[in-house]
Amino acid sequence: MEPMSDMSGIDDICERHARRDAPLLPILHEVQDRFGYISDAAIRRIAEALNLTRAEVFGVVSFYHDFRDRPARRRRLRVCRAEACQAVGGREVWAAAEALAAEPDSPFEVQAVYCLGNCACAPSVQLDGRTLGRFTPERVSRLAAAKVGRSCTP
Amino acid sequence: MHAVMKPATRVFVPGDSSANAIGAAETAAALAQAGAKVVRTGSRGLYWLEPLVEIERDGRRIGYGPVAAEDVPALLAAMQNGTAEHSLCVGDLDRMLADQGQQRWALGRSGVVVPADWEDYVAHGGTDGLRKALGMTPQDILKAVRESGLRGRGGAGFPTGVKWQTVHEADNSPKYVVCNADEGDSGTFADRMLLEGDPLCLLEGMAIAALAVGAERGYIYLRSEYPDARRSLEMALVAARANGMLGDAILGSAQAFDIEIRVGAGAYICGEETSLLESLEGKRGEVRYKPPLPAVRGFLGKPTVMNNVITLATVPAIFVQGAPAHHALGINRSRGTLTVQLCGNIKRPGLYELPFGVTLGHVIDELGGGSASGRPVRAVQVGGPLGAYLPPERFDTPLGYEEFADVKAIIGHGGVVVFDDSVDMAAQARFAMEFCAIESCGKCTPCRVGSVRAQEVIDRITADDNREANIELLRELCETMIQGSLCAHGGMAPFPVLSALNHFPEDFEPRTAAA
Ligand SMILES: Cc1cc2nc3c(=O)[nH]c(=O)nc-3n(C[C@H](O)[C@H](O)[C@H](O)COP(=O)(O)O)c2cc1C
Ligand code: SF4
Ligand code: FES
Repeated sequence: MEPMSDMSGIDDICERHARRDAPLLPILHEVQDRFGYISDAAIRRIAEALNLTRAEVFGVVSFYHDFRDRPARRRRLRVCRAEACQAVGGREVWAAAEALAAEPDSPFEVQAVYCLGNCACAPSVQLDGRTLGRFTPERVSRLAAAKVGRSCTP
Repeated sequence: MHAVMKPATRVFVPGDSSANAIGAAETAAALAQAGAKVVRTGSRGLYWLEPLVEIERDGRRIGYGPVAAEDVPALLAAMQNGTAEHSLCVGDLDRMLADQGQQRWALGRSGVVVPADWEDYVAHGGTDGLRKALGMTPQDILKAVRESGLRGRGGAGFPTGVKWQTVHEADNSPKYVVCNADEGDSGTFADRMLLEGDPLCLLEGMAIAALAVGAERGYIYLRSEYPDARRSLEMALVAARANGMLGDAILGSAQAFDIEIRVGAGAYICGEETSLLESLEGKRGEVRYKPPLPAVRGFLGKPTVMNNVITLATVPAIFVQGAPAHHALGINRSRGTLTVQLCGNIKRPGLYELPFGVTLGHVIDELGGGSASGRPVRAVQVGGPLGAYLPPERFDTPLGYEEFADVKAIIGHGGVVVFDDSVDMAAQARFAMEFCAIESCGKCTPCRVGSVRAQEVIDRITADDNREANIELLRELCETMIQGSLCAHGGMAPFPVLSALNHFPEDFEPRTAAA
């Protein structure tokens, strides 16, 4: 992740999307992909570039669950809380994940999602962008034990 | 002992994200290491058999599954000894699908072809539908879609031909074709399977829509939760442009058409068509008042065809097989096939593309094999998070839009989520309202506030606090949401709640300490 120290990266992203119809969402995605979050300063800069008010851009950023206004922890665990997963133990996986995130200095950012389209191989999680199926609370615990390296998938 | 395969033998392993989520990538790697020529396809949708391996022998593909990476050496050894009858052998998969009564109109190539591979696509009938349509006038294309009886598979079941006709007739331009690939409903994955397994089919369907209405630009609004689908769509766009299906002239015709992918940002409500349009325009995904319909004033205020992935992916097959053949399948006003997505607590979860009219019970008991836990099936939620819960007494309901409406239920996008008798229906009802609150766009009070109130009321009911009065209050709240919500998010969230109350009242009784 690049540090969001100066705003030239943001300008560059806005520039490249400027000629598309309705470029705000693609711009926000790219800013977040590159810097990890969307800062107040970035919002101001994007608003200027697109001739929108700060409030308009902020309103969009805050509407969508994906966009974040501060850096995330190192590892991201999204857990499906929806019905097909509930039917085969998803509630227990979610509870274990919440406990994992609550550990002191936990490197895990735990987020609820509502369906990953992996319902036939539930319960489902997405670990650092990779969908994993038939997940269990035990596998969540193993994640906690192995919280150092990135490479090991439980 | 190391078994090694004849290098020429082709072995097909899904690269589908759900198959990979339970080890298909590792299985593929083990096969490649043993010298097999591994071909990654999409999924056939037989998820209880994933990772599903198909080995080519004498021009036929024989299925084995589930094959974990550690099963690979034994499987290869058995093959070399000429014992094709390995314990994991499931035979010819086309025959299995046929035996299940599946008729694949939308998902015929998923799991068969290499996704986004142009030659493979064309060799398996890809572009045949579009080529037929290119020889027809827009009016004749519209007539065929109308006569096929195709209705929108995204949930509302609106006749596709009528929608296209409205856009065709609108005297305002430019016109747009937008594919709704937001697939937010829990328990559904048909769109994902198609996008990952046969993305060119969607592009072909969109091109036919473009011909019918005179659109030169299309958008695919894809949910951000599907990164693999995005990659496969991007590859398909490159292949389609390189081979002239998209670009200045659709397959050499007089019409230009190109498509752009836009990725959502994690908001369920953006699957609702007007919210999706707001989002596509770069705004908060707040629902618009209707009218005007998107067909009249859609993207950037212009006439817009908005259809679900499966709706559009069914269109090419309609032109290949003919509208009458499509209309011949199904019952009453539900024609063609429904991509049933069977999941939850079920022995054989997967994608079953079935003609309308098959009963819910047939799907659960015969095809699904009953619950995975072996305990009795107690409740089934059909049609996503806004769909009703049905008890086994309703399993004789045939799959059909009106037939489900008759039992106060919906077909939706075709998700069927099965629960065994350990389910707590009060908890499910509460979750429905929690989900409604989390994903509300906030525009109207019954949805935004009512869903929060309803959770509190359910909590009081399960705590046995003024139970009778609170059940009455819950029903009133549901009624207010049904009557007073601007869109179906708030207007249908009461369905799972009321169905739980009506079919499973015992779960709202005071709880004994032992339970
Ligand atoms: C709350 C809500 C969520 C919806 N989500 C989706 C969705 O994820 N995918 C979809 O295709 N349609 C969804 N719809 C239905 C769309 O509004 C619209 O009817 C559909 O995209 C039209 O295409 P079709 O006629 O091909 O079904 C949703 C509707 C509502 C009210
Ligand atoms: S019902 Fe809910 S989601 Fe729909 S418009 Fe109203 S507040 Fe928004
Ligand atoms: S409900 Fe959890 S992945 Fe679909």
